[in-house]
Amino acid sequence: MATQKDSYEELVKGFWKENPVFIQLLGLCPALAVTNSAINALAMGIATTFVLVGSSFLVSLLRSLIPKQVRITTFIVIIATFVTVADFTLQALAPLVHKELGAFIALIVVNCLILGRQEAFASRNKLGPALSDAFGMSFGFTVALFMLGSIREILGSGSMFGISLFGPSFEPWVIMILPPGGFLTLGVLLMIFAWMKKRREEMDASTSTMERAA
Amino acid sequence: MSGELTIQNLVWIFVAASVVNNFTLSYFLGLCPFLGVSGRIDTALRMGMANIFVMLVTSICAWFLNSFVLPHAPYLRLISFIVVIASTVQFVEMAIKKLSPDLFKALGIFLPLITTNCAILGLALFQTNRAYGFVEGIVFALGAGVGVTLALVLMAGVREENELASVPEVLRGAAMSFLIAGILSLAFMGFAGLFSGSA
Repeated sequence: MATQKDSYEELVKGFWKENPVFIQLLGLCPALAVTNSAINALAMGIATTFVLVGSSFLVSLLRSLIPKQVRITTFIVIIATFVTVADFTLQALAPLVHKELGAFIALIVVNCLILGRQEAFASRNKLGPALSDAFGMSFGFTVALFMLGSIREILGSGSMFGISLFGPSFEPWVIMILPPGGFLTLGVLLMIFAWMKKRREEMDASTSTMERAA
Repeated sequence: MSGELTIQNLVWIFVAASVVNNFTLSYFLGLCPFLGVSGRIDTALRMGMANIFVMLVTSICAWFLNSFVLPHAPYLRLISFIVVIASTVQFVEMAIKKLSPDLFKALGIFLPLITTNCAILGLALFQTNRAYGFVEGIVFALGAGVGVTLALVLMAGVREENELASVPEVLRGAAMSFLIAGILSLAFMGFAGLFSGSA
């Protein structure tokens, strides 16, 4: 029972409390580079999920066989293998998306989120928790990417998944799908999250003082 | 090949890599060090120098792998890039430590850290995609390195000033850094106009 609850906690923590992009600020390069449309963001999220879950699976299985001194190198080789598979698969199944994402699929190798999870979690835990941690983290990553991608696509081209939302009278805010838009959107999102957190803390503080007064 | 080897062509590659398609501000490569070590100008400058250096080494490694090893086994591209670049940088680091302790001190901890930076692997991959030759690759690496240094130093300058300003509490930290980076990136967009002129 206890292990089940632990697995569940490992699964949900990546979604919000330790969200890789918004809270830990990991894996930012792909998070900003490919989120100029919702579909690209989703494809990137799925590819990262595949790589993260696959390498967590292998690393967790092999964790007692990997010598401590060369563990980082081993992790990188494992990750690079999965990325190569993802790269070729995407090239075969969705050549258009692959062309859009370009070198960024290959750059999943150096996504600090993936190496970080191997080092901090998969290499120290059994298969079950390692897998749920990997799923949770990649789900959080995909959601964050999708959020950024949708906001930028709606504002920057007035469409969602390529379907026009506002009709021809909409004047697109082109800067949002260009590089500066990525920085600005993430900055504003982080600001909103900080504001929400601050408000929640203030509300907690005021209720606790009220309780004390009562 | 992306054109014949003329001075004009090389200058164009350099300008394109350093300002028009700045690695940090328009390709979002190497954001972790960009946000991590851009607190002070002198650290930023050293980080940039180390970056230029590793990029040059990477470019030579990638050219070598592309011309002699990878035609036989293209599916090993990623793995061999990473392993070869990381180990070469380690060797070069040892050599510098022995030959020129001053330079080693100046680059410091940044040298090994840079190896796992996405800008480095990105450089190798872009160079491969565009089929640059040896000289073009080196010029491309120099341009990219100068571009990253420029972005780092500019960012550090703005952030040093920003320390003294009174920023709203919710904006402090990462959010403010991203907004500054967004504005810098906006400024670099201005260089995009160079494209139509020379391309």
